[in-house]
Amino acid sequence: MSQPYAADGQAGAGAAPDEPWNLRLYVTGRSPVCLRAIENLRRACEEHLAGHYRIEVVDLLENPRLAAEDQILAVPTVVRMLPAPVRKLVGDLSDTDQMLVGLQLRPPRRKGS
Amino acid sequence: MGDGVLAGLTGKASGLALAKAPTGIAGLDQITGGGLPSGRVTLVAGGAGTGKTLLGLQFLVAGARDHAEPGVLLTFEERAAKVAANVRSLGFDLDRLQRDGMLVVLSFQVEPAEIIGTGKFDLEPLFVTLDEAIGRLDAKRVVLDTIEVLFGTFGDDTIVRAELARLTRWLEERGVTAIVTGERGGTGLTRRGIEEYVSDCVITLDHRVREEISTRRLRVVKYRGSAHGTNEYPFLISADGLAVLPITSIVLDYAAPDERISTGVGRLDHMLGGGLFRGSTVLVSGTAGTGKTSLGAHLVHSACVRGERALWVLFEESPQQVLRNMRSLGLDLRSWVDAGLLRIWAARPSAFGLETHLAALARLIEEVAPSVAVLDGIAGLAFGASDPETTSMVARQFDLLKTRGITTMATALGHGAETSTVNVSSLVDTWLLLRNTETNGERNRLLFVLKSRGTAHSNQVREFLLTDHGIELMDVYVGPAGVLTGSARLAQAAAERDAATRQADDAERRRRELRRSVMEREAHLAAAQDELSAERAELDRIERRGEQRAVDAEADREAMATRRWADAVPSQGRH
Repeated sequence: MSQPYAADGQAGAGAAPDEPWNLRLYVTGRSPVCLRAIENLRRACEEHLAGHYRIEVVDLLENPRLAAEDQILAVPTVVRMLPAPVRKLVGDLSDTDQMLVGLQLRPPRRKGS
Repeated sequence: MGDGVLAGLTGKASGLALAKAPTGIAGLDQITGGGLPSGRVTLVAGGAGTGKTLLGLQFLVAGARDHAEPGVLLTFEERAAKVAANVRSLGFDLDRLQRDGMLVVLSFQVEPAEIIGTGKFDLEPLFVTLDEAIGRLDAKRVVLDTIEVLFGTFGDDTIVRAELARLTRWLEERGVTAIVTGERGGTGLTRRGIEEYVSDCVITLDHRVREEISTRRLRVVKYRGSAHGTNEYPFLISADGLAVLPITSIVLDYAAPDERISTGVGRLDHMLGGGLFRGSTVLVSGTAGTGKTSLGAHLVHSACVRGERALWVLFEESPQQVLRNMRSLGLDLRSWVDAGLLRIWAARPSAFGLETHLAALARLIEEVAPSVAVLDGIAGLAFGASDPETTSMVARQFDLLKTRGITTMATALGHGAETSTVNVSSLVDTWLLLRNTETNGERNRLLFVLKSRGTAHSNQVREFLLTDHGIELMDVYVGPAGVLTGSARLAQAAAERDAATRQADDAERRRRELRRSVMEREAHLAAAQDELSAERAELDRIERRGEQRAVDAEADREAMATRRWADAVPSQGRH
């Protein structure tokens, strides 16, 4: 479970092993839900992408016009900038399965499993 | 149109009156008594394409342009550029308003399929964005269009629900007048039940197509703390934007001038007690080919002759066709068109929706400013079954004209019976019925005045003739066989003429006889008089002679007595 998965679920495909992941996390100040998301994202990245990721935390309170520009309606929102394609996750990442599938760090589980 | 009239009701009203923000939408401000509740959130609910976005935009544009109230549009529906392009044709220059700092258009594209929900969240970016935009412009108006798309997007709708409730409270705290639009559907007013959070004012929009005629309707479902019209009001999307038409039966205080104007048919004027009241509405109904259009032509003609402008709306024929036909009646209407006094506009009723018709009519009235209008062939609009929508539509056309003091004649294809037009007949001041009668193998036209408000009018039927010098009304003959028209009337007239001649001959003969008789009797009388005089003379003569004799006899007796020396014994007593 240490290798990232590409969209087709094949380990390592679509992302060069040495290409760093670029994740952007949008928050509004230091609200509990945002702090929780930062914590959850860091933990998951350490576990699955150790040394191969970069997390950029964007506080919309500091630049309010960025929300409309980047089309962010809800916080916390994680946008996987790299590897392509762009993926958008909304929520505090407390649903680990959804997060891993959403970021494609794990192949989607079959229905009913 | 007309938002200035209500300006006094708006702004910071004193006392208990609710402050209202005018929407700039003709009619809506009238229904709501001044506009939307100021500093509150209004829900505008309607299906796709009902005009929710337009209503919101017009509200913002009116604020920015006319009331110095900058606005913020936050749309989830379209890209900002597209929004601006869509309303440019309505004369809303959103780009310029944005450059002038009177408007901000923010757009969010929400694509649920691309978003993965991973737990708890909030919609704080929405608040942050709005807060920034409101602060930047000192905005007083906000429109959120359509906020419901947020449902089903982030995984947990209970959070969206709670956030929307928080958003409406926040908007109120922020002191802005806001419109939130919502999709119609489900069991409530909106698919997602967002009316729960918006409790101050709710407006619904509706777009129905019935018998291929579309009508848009608006209703103020709720307006806390304010009286409001509760009916469904048709509205239209015209070249100037949204216009609600609340006029029907709300206000009945039209000016009612005493002035009469001619119908262009002298005897008809006489039947109506001197013509039509200026500003009144006349319905001319009748079956096909009874001369309805011709009557309309006379009205516009007479208006043009007086130097007034006239509008002639044709729903059934082309202008060329009508101009040609009317020339055969001796009415040269083309010269009025050329002189700019007469404007003819033709449109098939089925070509547009009802509100488009109304919009077109409103625009024509503005352009032409006529004193007289003829709507020829409203049947196509009004009698497509006894449809209350079309009827109310016609009513609004009448109102539109009446409120502007325009004398209106509407012609309608009635189906013979007087009841077929009963729906609109209550709306008109004068109702003329044209009817064909079929007798002796010919059809003749009859004209009745069924009603004429405020006028002593003739209850008589007239025969209606189309001649090469216009319409003529003739007395009809009422005999044992009923009303006589056409050649039957002519035959009757001839018979009466014969009878009259015979009568005249008889009289002459009798006169002669009598004169002779009188002369004879006078002669007799003269002869008798002569005899009488002769006899009277004879009688006089005889009487005079008798008296003389008596006198002589007395004288003789006295002379005799003197001679005999008789005593003076009176002898008279024995005489």
